[in-house]
Amino acid sequence: MARIFMKGCEAIAEAATRAGCRFFAGYPITPQNEIPEYFSRRMPEVNGVFVQGESEVASVNMLYGAIQTGTRSMSSSSSTGISLYSEGVSYCNAARLPIVYVNVQRGGPGVGAIQPAQQDYLQATKASGSGGFEMIVLSPSSVQEAVDMTYEAFDLAEKYSNPVLILTDGVMGTMMEPVELPPMKSDEEIAKLKEARRAVSAVGHSPEEQVRILPGGVGASFEAANIDAYNMYKDWAENEVRVEEFMVDDAEIILAAYGISARIARVAVKNLRAEGIKAGMIRPIAVHPFPYKSFENLDFNRVKGILDIEMSIPPQMKWDVEHAVHGRCPIAECLKSGGELMTSEKVMNAARELAKEVL
Amino acid sequence: MERNLIVAGFGGQGVMMLGTLLAQATCESTDKHVTYFPSYGAEMRGGTANCYVVISDDEIGAPIMDSVEDLIVMNDPSLVRFKDRVKPGGFLFINSTICKTPVERDDITVVEVPVTHMAQEMGNPKVLNIIMLGAYIGATEVVPKDVIIEAIKNKLGKKKPEFLPTNLEAFEKGYEIGQAHK
Repeated sequence: MARIFMKGCEAIAEAATRAGCRFFAGYPITPQNEIPEYFSRRMPEVNGVFVQGESEVASVNMLYGAIQTGTRSMSSSSSTGISLYSEGVSYCNAARLPIVYVNVQRGGPGVGAIQPAQQDYLQATKASGSGGFEMIVLSPSSVQEAVDMTYEAFDLAEKYSNPVLILTDGVMGTMMEPVELPPMKSDEEIAKLKEARRAVSAVGHSPEEQVRILPGGVGASFEAANIDAYNMYKDWAENEVRVEEFMVDDAEIILAAYGISARIARVAVKNLRAEGIKAGMIRPIAVHPFPYKSFENLDFNRVKGILDIEMSIPPQMKWDVEHAVHGRCPIAECLKSGGELMTSEKVMNAARELAKEVL
Repeated sequence: MERNLIVAGFGGQGVMMLGTLLAQATCESTDKHVTYFPSYGAEMRGGTANCYVVISDDEIGAPIMDSVEDLIVMNDPSLVRFKDRVKPGGFLFINSTICKTPVERDDITVVEVPVTHMAQEMGNPKVLNIIMLGAYIGATEVVPKDVIIEAIKNKLGKKKPEFLPTNLEAFEKGYEIGQAHK
């Protein structure tokens, strides 16, 4: 298949369309505007619906409604906009609705900067709303991966009957790269998917279907619903961890990074090895559930240091790395923030410095 | 081999078009890895605009970098801002009609192309970016000339076919200047 040159945001929107997404609601914010813009053009072509909501709050609640018709539904926003999704996302989690949404991260806190950042890691992985729910959170490090993840996200959401978040950033969203697109789902396939998921509050639907609008189903206790969700989260920790371990086997220092920072780290590992520094990389492909075991199982007689690389100050993913490493080796930081972007030079210098200290 | 390029200028000078044309042509007509990353303010015209293009035989890490092999500057502020980021042995392409700041680098190849003036002489001030793209390909041959000509035909020729001859001529004029600095 021919490769085409696409912007991250547009590639995400096209992949969602091909996965059968037929409803999109959202509100403009840089640097994710190309997602709603693309949907506004694409949805009418495939008999889908695009709505520019009057706000983020309205948009996420439209999603809450649309998904209950069984229609694959999506939204996107960026950082400060995603904060406004908290209530709606929490409701979707309570009702176990398989929405897919995207956070194209920009600077923060507050309105921050329109430039790319990775400053919503803790919000995305630990508490995207009130109530202590969890979601599978995927984070691509190439435009191709953004396409593949978006396509799969709808299946994942439906498999667990739970929202899925794609956590990306303004570099991934606005950069262009060659991609191969997945096949377009046929109208028949989409109709079948919709019928399988349709669960509205109308009379005549079974209690199983009503689960999707009422936590635990009619008459069930909230605690039972939470226990059920908790069991699912524990299952994810075993079965839904997605991780890339690159040249880790003989590595003496480990670069830890996700998303945009990880693609820089991967090339840095090769360049460091060319300089004689035995580096490796651990990249969470899903940032939740986090690949704790990849860090826990490291041989700390060999691994002398970890470099945590994020476009966030203070660092956030480092909490998870520390949780797994548990003081068994030093964790250095390579950070950027406030509209400053991560570069190879910065990663290389930080890694060299760490190597000099610990090796 | 990896080759990094920054293109910088005013909004409205076709900086982004130059970058996307090069990157898209590379994607569609070669097997190389390629990334394009735009950086600009909210202005439609007059603000600063720049973009990064990376073309490589291997996987590409950062689509943005501190130092580059090649730099194209279309105005003076961009020259001042970026000229020290060209690696020794690299290329600097200058819109010499309006860039007046001394370069003060003797470790790089400086290609002066009066694109603003040349485009005006051709009767279409908008083709300045295509002239510059021609110069860039002529001097660096980062992708074959034919690849870009095909892209110009496909990308610019279909929308407004009446401008295609001018665009092709603009590319050739730049290419000749570039070849002289190969």
